[in-house]
Amino acid sequence: MNERPTLARLTRVELRKMVDTRSGFWLQLAVLGLTAVTVVITVIAGHEDDMTYRHIFANALFPAGILLPVVGILLVSSEWSQRTALVSFALVPERERLIAAKVLAGIVLGLLATAFAAVVAAIGTAVASPDVAHVWTIPVGLIGQDVVYVVTAMVIGVGFGAALLASAPAIVLYFGLPAALGALGSIHALHGTVEWISSGSLEPLTEQVLNGHEWAQVAVTLVLWMALPLAIGTWRITKRDLS
Amino acid sequence: MIEAEKLTKRFAGRAVVDGVSFRCEPGTVTGFLGPNGAGKTTTMRMICGFARPDAGSASVLGGEYRRLPNPGRRVGVLLDASAQHGGRRGREALAISAQTMGVDEARVDDLLDRVGLERSAARKRVRQYSLGMRQRLGIANALIGEPEVLILDEPANGLDPEGMRWMRGLLKDFAERGGTVLLSSHLLHEVDVIADRLVIIGAGKIVAQGSRDELLSSAGTLVRADDDAALARALAAAGLTGREAEGGGLLVDAEPRAVGAAARDGGVALVHLAPAGDAGLEQLFFDLTSGEEER
Repeated sequence: MNERPTLARLTRVELRKMVDTRSGFWLQLAVLGLTAVTVVITVIAGHEDDMTYRHIFANALFPAGILLPVVGILLVSSEWSQRTALVSFALVPERERLIAAKVLAGIVLGLLATAFAAVVAAIGTAVASPDVAHVWTIPVGLIGQDVVYVVTAMVIGVGFGAALLASAPAIVLYFGLPAALGALGSIHALHGTVEWISSGSLEPLTEQVLNGHEWAQVAVTLVLWMALPLAIGTWRITKRDLS
Repeated sequence: MIEAEKLTKRFAGRAVVDGVSFRCEPGTVTGFLGPNGAGKTTTMRMICGFARPDAGSASVLGGEYRRLPNPGRRVGVLLDASAQHGGRRGREALAISAQTMGVDEARVDDLLDRVGLERSAARKRVRQYSLGMRQRLGIANALIGEPEVLILDEPANGLDPEGMRWMRGLLKDFAERGGTVLLSSHLLHEVDVIADRLVIIGAGKIVAQGSRDELLSSAGTLVRADDDAALARALAAAGLTGREAEGGGLLVDAEPRAVGAAARDGGVALVHLAPAGDAGLEQLFFDLTSGEEER
């Protein structure tokens, strides 16, 4: 009974923490609901050529791509704003293990959200194009990219939450920085640079199978938007006194 | 067992905790007493590994808190009753602690009964809790892992008199079964009724520590006369100094025997002469508190 809690157990606890608060519960429900709504709208209002599984699935991932990072942010920042870090770290003094559990929980939730979107999109495709076989073709690589898209969005959220340790600034920056970079990118001289550092380079992940150049942009973006905030956050959380 | 060894913490060059040493033995309740801002919370956070001491060390159960593999099973901690997610239900807050430390969740309901939180209250979100209810929830949270040591920061804050009596019973019982308790308070009477031993801290330094009786016996003598001015002169003539005590009379740093003799030599009739006891302890604590305010 005195053994260290396993990382698997801590991850389960973190997953539970994502849904057992009022805000967490409604955010998850919003992701599920909006995913379904997006598919319905695509099926009803979309162009006939777009009634393919590949296209509907891409649309279905959109709500998760936007809202899951907020779930990720809150998973870390609420420990500070709600001051539950005092309870969490009393039970798990090795703070880096708790951060690892949060990242793992984010990955699991990202996978679940992708799976849900895949199922809803399949239902939507079956309703929109019954008995048409070719609408179901989707490159395996694209499915993999869809998973990467949702999971990294989630982990980016965890990273932002960890780096800023405050919900509001993390959410504002998460949505504000890409917008600001987008504005910079409209300046012709900066366009090339912005293409590499903006999180916008993650968007094509759900649209087409990427080439080497695009993968390089994704990798650079993930270092800047995911790895860097996570590293800053881990440093802040493990080195800082809790008061 | 808890041991603090010359614990020191500086903020912006100022020592908020300065060479604090004390021990809490199994089977005892230690009251950590001091005015707000004296360094109680910082000391307790250093003991639990939340803040790193600039000098000195602290150990819980023979080692650093941070080295305990599953601390919840050995040490129950309540550092701030408000530190719960407002949007989480009370029972759920306990359930995630139980899950983290690998305790059967069924135990949560027993604990809710034990701390006097009704099922209807446990289903509410913590945001709706009064401070007293949060304290009860926090104490339940500290007890989930059936620990040997309890570390509680201001647990009586917000409790009504009935709640105080309940907590005294709970902690006495915990100590009688061999547990170690460290609890802090800024109010003398809260700690006085619960603790076997007192550690008094003021401006980051330990001012006094010992059992209640030890502290009381060193608290001096309370003496009253109809003519306090004549009494003060008689004491001065005997080389004793008296300070005005809360509620009248003089508090003298000497045995009643010496004070009585000084009054006799000065020809002053006394109406009261006794060890200062509670009044002395209160005075000691009052001096600390007012000293803090002047700064």
